[in-house]
Amino acid sequence: MDNKTPAVRMRNITKTFGPVVANDKVWLDIYRGEILALLGENGSGKTTLMNMLSGIYFPDEGEISIDGKEVVIRSPKDAFDLGIGMIHQHFKLVDVLTAAENIVLGLNEPGRLDLEKVAERVRGICQAYGFEVDPYQKIYDMSVSQKQTVEIIKVLYRGADILILDEPTAVLTPQETDKLFAVLRNMRDDGKAIVIITHKLHEVEDLSDRVAVLRHGQFIGDMPTKTTNAQEMTNMMVGHAVTLNIDRPEPVNPKPRIEVKNLTVRSIDGVLKLDDVSFTANSGEILGIAGISGCGQKELLEAIAGLQPVESGSISYIEDNGEKEELIGKDPLAIADMGVSLSFVPEDRLGMGLVANMDLADNMMLRSFRRGKGFFTDRKSPRKLAQEVVADLEVKTPSIATPVRRLSGGNVQKVLVGREIASAPTVLLTAYAVRGLDINSSYTIYDLINRQKQAGVAVIYVGEDLDVLLELADRILVLCGGKVSGIVEGRGAQKRDVGMMMTRLGGKNADE
Amino acid sequence: MFDFVSFIPRAIVQGIPLLFGCTGETLTEKSGNLNLGLPGVMYVGGISGVIGAFLYEQSVGSAGVNGFLAVFIPLICCLLGSLLMGLLYCFLTVTLRANQNVTGLAMTTFGVGFGNFFGGSLIKLSGADVPSIALSATSACFKKSLPFASNLGWFGKIFLSYGFLAYVAVIIAFVCAYVLKRTKVGLHLRAVGESPNTADAAGINVNKYKYMATCIGCMIAGLGGLYYVMDYACGVWSNDAFGDRGWLALALVIFTIWKPNVAVFASILFGGLYILYLFIPTGMNLAVKELYKMLPYVVTIIVLVISSMRNKRENQPPASLGLAYFREER
Amino acid sequence: MNKQNKGPLVHIVKRAALPWYGSWGIRALAILLALVACALVTTVTTGENPIAVYAAMIDGAFGTVRKTWITFQNVAILLCISLAVTPAFRMRFWNIGAEGQTLIGCLATASCMILLADKVPNWLLICVMVVAAIVAGAVWGMIPAIFKAKWNTNETLFTLMMNYVATQLVAFFVIYWEVPKGAGKIGIINQSSELGWLPQLGNKYLLSIVVVAIVTVLMYLYLNYSKHGYEIAVVGESERTARYVGIKVEKVIVRTMVVSGAVCGLAGLLLVGGINHTVTTTIVGGRGFTAVMVSWLAKFNPIFMVFTSLLLVFLERGAGEIATDFGLNHSFGDILTGIILFFIIGCEFFINYKISFRKAAGKEE
Repeated sequence: MDNKTPAVRMRNITKTFGPVVANDKVWLDIYRGEILALLGENGSGKTTLMNMLSGIYFPDEGEISIDGKEVVIRSPKDAFDLGIGMIHQHFKLVDVLTAAENIVLGLNEPGRLDLEKVAERVRGICQAYGFEVDPYQKIYDMSVSQKQTVEIIKVLYRGADILILDEPTAVLTPQETDKLFAVLRNMRDDGKAIVIITHKLHEVEDLSDRVAVLRHGQFIGDMPTKTTNAQEMTNMMVGHAVTLNIDRPEPVNPKPRIEVKNLTVRSIDGVLKLDDVSFTANSGEILGIAGISGCGQKELLEAIAGLQPVESGSISYIEDNGEKEELIGKDPLAIADMGVSLSFVPEDRLGMGLVANMDLADNMMLRSFRRGKGFFTDRKSPRKLAQEVVADLEVKTPSIATPVRRLSGGNVQKVLVGREIASAPTVLLTAYAVRGLDINSSYTIYDLINRQKQAGVAVIYVGEDLDVLLELADRILVLCGGKVSGIVEGRGAQKRDVGMMMTRLGGKNADE
Repeated sequence: MFDFVSFIPRAIVQGIPLLFGCTGETLTEKSGNLNLGLPGVMYVGGISGVIGAFLYEQSVGSAGVNGFLAVFIPLICCLLGSLLMGLLYCFLTVTLRANQNVTGLAMTTFGVGFGNFFGGSLIKLSGADVPSIALSATSACFKKSLPFASNLGWFGKIFLSYGFLAYVAVIIAFVCAYVLKRTKVGLHLRAVGESPNTADAAGINVNKYKYMATCIGCMIAGLGGLYYVMDYACGVWSNDAFGDRGWLALALVIFTIWKPNVAVFASILFGGLYILYLFIPTGMNLAVKELYKMLPYVVTIIVLVISSMRNKRENQPPASLGLAYFREER
Repeated sequence: MNKQNKGPLVHIVKRAALPWYGSWGIRALAILLALVACALVTTVTTGENPIAVYAAMIDGAFGTVRKTWITFQNVAILLCISLAVTPAFRMRFWNIGAEGQTLIGCLATASCMILLADKVPNWLLICVMVVAAIVAGAVWGMIPAIFKAKWNTNETLFTLMMNYVATQLVAFFVIYWEVPKGAGKIGIINQSSELGWLPQLGNKYLLSIVVVAIVTVLMYLYLNYSKHGYEIAVVGESERTARYVGIKVEKVIVRTMVVSGAVCGLAGLLLVGGINHTVTTTIVGGRGFTAVMVSWLAKFNPIFMVFTSLLLVFLERGAGEIATDFGLNHSFGDILTGIILFFIIGCEFFINYKISFRKAAGKEE
């Protein structure tokens, strides 16, 4: 392998965004007939690096050669001409166009636009690899996996032989993932060079021939997958030997706090998102919610928070004295007026939980600005709260007058969580609270959540990392396609069993 | 009895400047540029043509006017003037990524001022005692219709009685509709307006498309100004006479849900609504006529409301309309 | 070694942030360049000496005490309308209907003056005028807002069309109430009795200036320190965040446009009751559109708007002076205004972005 010319050779690639160094003198080789897994934590610069290969960004420094020839990739078009095709995590598709139109987009084949012919070729590619796509279907009518299929066909249609896939499995069911992997192996055997960006170790072990690791924008090393193991890869990813040990104090005096009964929710387009969901969340306990992404986690939390219209069922809040109050049909304001202190850390931190362009102090006001009788807002206490949050949670920020969009992901999350727990909630909802955070920030967040639990708060924790869920949660509710697949005790639960329940209703040993 | 035979031709000549403006703006908006400078562009288009024609008529004297040059020179001047406006808009909004609304409004201020200033100067140069310039010789060339049209009765009057620019407007509209719907360029342009990110990733030069669509759109819109002066107004330029047709053309774009082929009929409908008050007998009550003039605007509002209530995916504006694109945005 | 080893010639990156003196330095430079460009345009198109033209402009705006008063009165009206559109813009509601909202305020004022002049005491008449103008403007602003809130109807176009509906409504009443019959205009209302004319403070200009000064301070407080102002900012930045914290977005949209329209109505009251004492279809004179630029140039800050509106009024008044002094057309001012605006608009780019040129041919940096 050593004497082969790499299909892509990247040397000393550096890219900065303002003060942030996303890639720092990175070296990377990509070979044909090989699947390379580009491994790294979120924010380690994997996507940025590949974006420079596909012409989205232009490197500040460094050289790229293709098949031994030095090249300059100024635009995605240059990348296509060199046979490089990238399937982005956020699909680059135009919603109002059809699959076929999206596939030929940007191609300058001679002759007039003949969508019939395009559709024919698309069907050919579909047949060759076992895809199922209607070339005339509009993108906005498609499911996530169909959209991904269109993206892959788009790249193949252009005859790309260097394929880059950015976290392709994040949105797929296990079956869909298996199918995708089979296709990728076929392509490798076809002599194509394939890069898959991921942070899931089992995918690396399952699929790749070689693995390259990035950490904090720097290239740490690469090696054949066969010669390494999960522990070594983790160490390389995070920089020091990590023991995945999260505290799990015993629940204190758990009492039912939120009772959900037969909850059914449909999205605006009429798709069934939650189907007859029932469970109880207790005070002083962390209820973990597991499931493949898009299985109704978001709708569930938003329904409890009063942000999601509900078709049927009930959500009641149970006071300490056992009194029940219905939450359905109330908006967040009405829920707060009832005296229910409910905090919600949403998935979309800057688009929903915070206002990106406002500074820390103004963001602290989001929850509290209505306080006081006067016409004017109280500016002093949010400023004080901001200072407290910065000090307590070690938020790295130039000042509390800095717009939160300028902060790094971990600090943004600390600001958001800090604000949400400042109101002394009795219920805390968190969605993907540690997504995109480095290990240290993640542990800070786990710690904060545990402290809330010990203070008697009912915590509902939606997570994507099963290992974390298994170590953190007292009980785990598993969702599968909007239905409750089962509820298991966190202590002693097996990852394999929970994984099974995520993909198939009931799994095999659902208790309760 | 309502006099359709005289109503329809008048509605059409009213509608043609709107059609030019609407087609041009549709192209522009398909690329994601909301050009509120359209009224200014149409003014500049009109006055540039007038300047060209004026200089030509002055140099040869109105007797020696050559039919071809009399049409060609104003046409080129008009296209050039509006092209420059388009380039200015693109430079500010695409290259410098300025706010499109403000840039557009500034262009309208500038364009209308430009038109009226040079209009005023020419009026002074020509030494006329009325505040307008008449370019009757040039206008005659623009207005020339088929010689046998007048022999064909109502048919000739409704379909064949217009100057060539009117037919050009209809042809351009249909060509634009075809290009947008059926060709690669149109597909790419739609992608740029919907999602410049995606288009860029697909290897489409987003800025080039934005420049092209906006500049061509401005040139088409400029022709609307030219048609108004040379054909509709019989070669008479008077300041502010063009009025708010530019804004009306902007409204028409939304009214026609970004379809130039629909615009052909909608512009005639608008033209009709615009002059309906002349055909409705109101007796001596002049005040009521002013209320009838409200019609095109009220109809636009109603259509706007209904289309927003129906909220069909295909009938929405291009998704990135009004937003500047920067590839490395984070 | 390789000929094609070249990055793009210019490379543009977003700036982190510029210190305030940096950004204002760039803006000052842009205005300076704009003045040079205007001078060039002036010389080329008119053959006049640009210095003389600028001197004439300053003379036109501030040459005499009376001219200065009129300039400040015009600033007051433009500023008032600019203040009116600002809450909506902060909410990202593109209200370009200030023209119509002001006009309808004018019409309401004039109607009261015509219909109630002899029927109620003057103080009551003035109270009714104030209420009518403000309510009329508010309603005119509220109509598009309701549809925006309910069905997300495009507000830019809706408010634009409402301008023309207002214009035609005024045109209707102008003919309905025309004096004398057939004149096509209303003329000065209650010229002899001066009924419904707003009282004067010292001279006939000061009242509007004082009223608008108060509105400026109030608007500044409203936008920056009130709960409403905070809600407007949140809705403008992110509707999802607003809903997440329980802000009723629909309510905020409608309420903000009511405020917007009401302040426009107030401008209409000042125009008709305090200054012109008549109503015509062109009484607002495009200020509704100019206000958009005033507001934007000032970054939606009411205090900065004092200066941006002064700049634009200065250009307009100066242009009027050039027109008479040099026999130029009044529209020349619009051209100059346009050029200056282009420069200011364009310079924002250099505040937000940094351009780095590729270093000379060497391949290593």
